Amino acid sequence: MATTGNNNLNAKLVLLGDMGAGKSSLVLRFVKGQFLEFQESTIGAAFFSQTLAVNDATVKFEIWDTAGQERYHSLAPMYYRGAAAAIIVYDITSTESFTRAKKWVQELQKQGNPSMVMAFAGNKADLEEKRKVTAEEARLYAEENGLFFMETSAKNATNVNDVFYEIARRLPRAQPSQNPAGMVLVDRPADRSQAAKCCS
Amino acid sequence: MGPAEDLFFTVYKLPIYSPWLLVSYSSTTTFYVSKSYLIMDVEYDVIVLGTGLKECILSGLLSVDGLKVLHMDRNDYYGGESSSLNLVQLWKRFRGDNKPPEQLGSSKEYNVDMIPKFMMANGALVRVLIHTDVTKYLNFKAVDGSFVYNKSKIYKVPATDVEALKSPLMGLFEKRRARKFFIYVQDYEDNDPKSHEGLDLTKVKARDIISKYGLDDNTVDFIGHALALHIDDSYLDEPALDFIKRMKLYAESLARFEGGSPYIYPLYGLGELPQAFARLSAVYGGTYMLNKPECKVEFDANGKAFGVTSEGETAKCKKVVCDPSYLPDKVKKVGKVARAICIMSHPIPETSESHSVQVILPQKQLGRKSDMYLFCCSYTHNVAPKGKYIAFVSTEAETDQPEAELKPGIELLGPVDEIFYEIYDRYEPINNHDEDHCFISEASFLSFLYYYVSYDGTTHFESTVQDVLAMYSKITGKVLDLSVDLSAASAAAEE
Repeated sequence: MATTGNNNLNAKLVLLGDMGAGKSSLVLRFVKGQFLEFQESTIGAAFFSQTLAVNDATVKFEIWDTAGQERYHSLAPMYYRGAAAAIIVYDITSTESFTRAKKWVQELQKQGNPSMVMAFAGNKADLEEKRKVTAEEARLYAEENGLFFMETSAKNATNVNDVFYEIARRLPRAQPSQNPAGMVLVDRPADRSQAAKCCS
Repeated sequence: MGPAEDLFFTVYKLPIYSPWLLVSYSSTTTFYVSKSYLIMDVEYDVIVLGTGLKECILSGLLSVDGLKVLHMDRNDYYGGESSSLNLVQLWKRFRGDNKPPEQLGSSKEYNVDMIPKFMMANGALVRVLIHTDVTKYLNFKAVDGSFVYNKSKIYKVPATDVEALKSPLMGLFEKRRARKFFIYVQDYEDNDPKSHEGLDLTKVKARDIISKYGLDDNTVDFIGHALALHIDDSYLDEPALDFIKRMKLYAESLARFEGGSPYIYPLYGLGELPQAFARLSAVYGGTYMLNKPECKVEFDANGKAFGVTSEGETAKCKKVVCDPSYLPDKVKKVGKVARAICIMSHPIPETSESHSVQVILPQKQLGRKSDMYLFCCSYTHNVAPKGKYIAFVSTEAETDQPEAELKPGIELLGPVDEIFYEIYDRYEPINNHDEDHCFISEASFLSFLYYYVSYDGTTHFESTVQDVLAMYSKITGKVLDLSVDLSAASAAAEE
């Protein structure tokens, strides 16, 4: 869930889509401005954070990549839990990846929260000559299902930042927090715990 | 062996979106291999079976170590017996239908642990979470209260010298004696002989240090069971060091988050933990396959495990890690646990309206051989809809009648909306891992539902983690050093 404070939003964003659609590449382009032609499965890093300033607020995205757990449909419910936004990615040169992306949308509608902002990204838009999925077909599907649609290219950076900015703009602002948030355990000495220790 | 092993293969990395790998050998021949084919075809260092908490922690630790891990589960969900169930799943399991009463609210809002446990805020599991950085996937909240049952009433557990002086559990003079003992425990440091008061705690028995401070049986009962969390009285004749360290852990955990108890618990229930460690394993290259039927461990002529077969495909490996349900011939029954799971609309009475609480009923108070535990958690930890509470009563079973046996605990709960009873068996491995290369977590077997459970009857995580760390050392030959992380552990409130 997006949590707010002084116009600062924290928003968990999850990526979904088939292996090879370019999920990790989109994140790497957005977070680090990089593109690797031979991107191996992301090992050791599947959790990024990046802050964006939109008109009225700063949005800190906590971006969760699938870590390969989508391959055998073994993504845990935890992955979807509390997500304020999702990007469903397919490869415009693969009809199969488009079909599977629609399955991921259904899965999200089942598992995710109803107010989630969903982006539908047709990636690899630079490979126009190999295109198998038309932009119109995808746009129509996205509109019918309440997603916003963009074609992206992680390789030449087309529309990548735009997807994230559009999500940031669409995130609901004053979200009533249904529960006081829990705490995240961190690796850092806390002053108060030391103060609390001397009790006699 | 076969000639295939003499061939030198080079695997070229293709773009991640390619379903193929380019393989060449003898620099003249190249061919493509399906990545999905290779999943079953490569040799794994370790195949882990079952996604219970212990298996997932191990899978994560081993992947981080750089080992090639394949992790499978016969179920289509994570957690095995340490998963948290929604209302429909709960009804399916205990009532045999899919129709929980509507007044209980939305099924999705329930996350009912099958093995409820609180975590010591300063305990080993927290150290493992911080060591592996898995904490970033999880949100915790302090548990409101820690209570003990004494002479038919419930009292807050006093854990410090100051609390001892205030506690109605003890009379005036006993309070002062208890206060002195608590100060001794707080001041005790391994490397500071002055704090030992001339006692070598590796030799002196717990019983003797208690009599040195003149504590009466009543006090010893709550200190031993509700503070040191011993499950019976055998600790009294053991060297006192372990007893003192357990008391220190309790007090330090209590101080950590300034809650009313030394315990913390994840939002959305304990089932989040195996998922978080599974994600850790996946992030470090572990391969995950759920819903894999059978998962039969294959043994060679010498009885050494060499792979696991599911759906007609055998994945090869050097070692197998699993819970006992995957290797029923290599475990023995060591006990059974009785438990009751209750849905309520109020907190446990006499616990200061605590929305999350543990109450320990020491064995002697009930005339039993082992302690009984009450555990309660609620919508404040996102395990039930607003206004609902989930309570558990559990104990090491001494009979086959859980309803009668758990009665003293159930009576403390007041009226319940729903109650489910269960008895399950506990199992221990009896194999020799040097011979069969199998590493089995200590677990329990649910006698009538054909389910296995990976925990003993105690209500905190220390024993779970000790088993995991011991297994890790057996598998890797290394000791996981968690000591540095403890003092640095703390919590940050989420913005």
